Amino acid sequence: MHIPQMLSIKKITDENPFVKTFWFNYNLNSQPGQFVMLWIPGIDQKPFSIAYDDSAEFGLTIFAVGSLSKKLFELRVGDRVGISGPYGTAFSIQNDTHYITVAGGYGAGPLGLLTERLAATTNSTVDFCVGARSADLLLFKDRMAKLPHTTVQVATNDGSAGHTGFITDILSGLIQKSHGKKIILATCGPELMEKKVLDCANKNNVDCEVSIERFMKCGFGVCGQCCVDPLGLRMCMEGPVVNRATANSISEFGNYHRDKSGAKIYY
Amino acid sequence: MLKTSCLNIPFANPLVLASGILGVTAASMHKIIRDGAGGVTVKSISKAPRTGHPNPTMMGNDTYFLNAVGLSNPGIENGIAELIQFKKICPAPLIGSIFAGTADEFAELAELIAVAPIDILELDLSCPNVGREFGEPFAYSASAIGRITRETKAKVKVPISIKLSPNAWNIAELAKMAEAAGADAITAVNTVSGMAIDVRARRPILHNKQGGVSGPALFPIALKCVYDIYEAVKIPIIGTGGVMTGEDALKMIMAGATLVGVGSAVYYRGADVFGKIVAEMTEIMKQENIGSLDEIRGVAHGIM
Repeated sequence: MHIPQMLSIKKITDENPFVKTFWFNYNLNSQPGQFVMLWIPGIDQKPFSIAYDDSAEFGLTIFAVGSLSKKLFELRVGDRVGISGPYGTAFSIQNDTHYITVAGGYGAGPLGLLTERLAATTNSTVDFCVGARSADLLLFKDRMAKLPHTTVQVATNDGSAGHTGFITDILSGLIQKSHGKKIILATCGPELMEKKVLDCANKNNVDCEVSIERFMKCGFGVCGQCCVDPLGLRMCMEGPVVNRATANSISEFGNYHRDKSGAKIYY
Repeated sequence: MLKTSCLNIPFANPLVLASGILGVTAASMHKIIRDGAGGVTVKSISKAPRTGHPNPTMMGNDTYFLNAVGLSNPGIENGIAELIQFKKICPAPLIGSIFAGTADEFAELAELIAVAPIDILELDLSCPNVGREFGEPFAYSASAIGRITRETKAKVKVPISIKLSPNAWNIAELAKMAEAAGADAITAVNTVSGMAIDVRARRPILHNKQGGVSGPALFPIALKCVYDIYEAVKIPIIGTGGVMTGEDALKMIMAGATLVGVGSAVYYRGADVFGKIVAEMTEIMKQENIGSLDEIRGVAHGIM
């Protein structure tokens, strides 16, 4: 049943000066890459990716960008919000693989959860690649650095940490370094960054899983708002995480998306 | 076996995607045809783009589905582009759908959308979710329905179907009025007004507070509307509302429907529900020795 469940906020933690994680005591039973719909009565309801889920509690890592997230930032521990889900497809969790996860902005959420699951349940290794404008905005650097067989790779636009430039600049190098092993690139973040990751996967002929965000109303496959061209796949059901072949088949990926009315917006 | 002709337009089967479920883009409508539908109805289009209501706009449980999307659509210009694109990639029948605030605007918008390759034009004058902004002033008024139908017919050659509200106590009379004013078909029904409240939030779940009920709860209401309309008019009926299974679709046809709209069933049984319903209809027709849908259309009235 796709009806919001009112859950109390159990704690609120700061991830960086602009980003907070909201925690709920609830067994969401989600897979990395899936999302929930979060409702604040009288304001709005939107999809949010899941950054933490250890079956006892889950956490949503959120930037205050719109009316809903700004309202959420005003709420306190004990206040209730409506949660429905989890919805959508997830990143694969495979053994004997070298994962290169490429995160931009809030994309670090689902990829952070993926990396944790890989470290806990597989023998796979991970390069957790995260980019930001500056060092203070990097998400989950410390959380990931604690994990076994995980290496954190950092890029900042201003050079205050790691590689100076875009995180996608270092991908080819990481692929070359792990040659001989099965590689999966997993990416979540701004679409033009994701497109570069997909291009890199195509060029090097390695597997790729991309989380494609589209405007969603229902989140469960009925409203049609998140259908992508040309196959009409619903990014809430057949996505958001799609494999390389599917991502390559989506002609609008990296090209345009549709707004709340359904009109095309070109990147 | 399921081949159906409606207004001389051939449909591979009588199932059409109802307006408002998926159907925002050409690609999405094409997918519905690949999933087994005989035709599709685009999500209703207005002159200017609309973003619709804030969320939640949809919710569902085992017995009913409730929505108040608020007629979001990309506007006539973008809408026509999607309709043209659909016909480029898919030959299946395409039903356009429009809504407007006045009879003049309906006629004007109909004239605009008629340049698109649509086979039938549905006039959505009965959306329950936009209050006095659209729909409500017309949905229950025989004279308003007559005027909108007449003025629109005068402007376009494409056959028009008038979509009626099950909230109207006199739906058969309204259908009669539409027929007299020149309507080519009746789409019955739109959703029926309803509401859901979350006890813990102490608020209606839909942002719009009220919404339109569809899904299993709507089916018996829609079936009775189609039955009553069939007795009142001679024009074909697109029987829509809570059709979940092949059995439901056959009931609609026995009540008198020519085409059968399917919408919320996508929620209950997945996007491939059209193929499932087609298979179920075929199976029942074999068991019951029904050779064609023409044999059973309106048979429940006992006048055949």
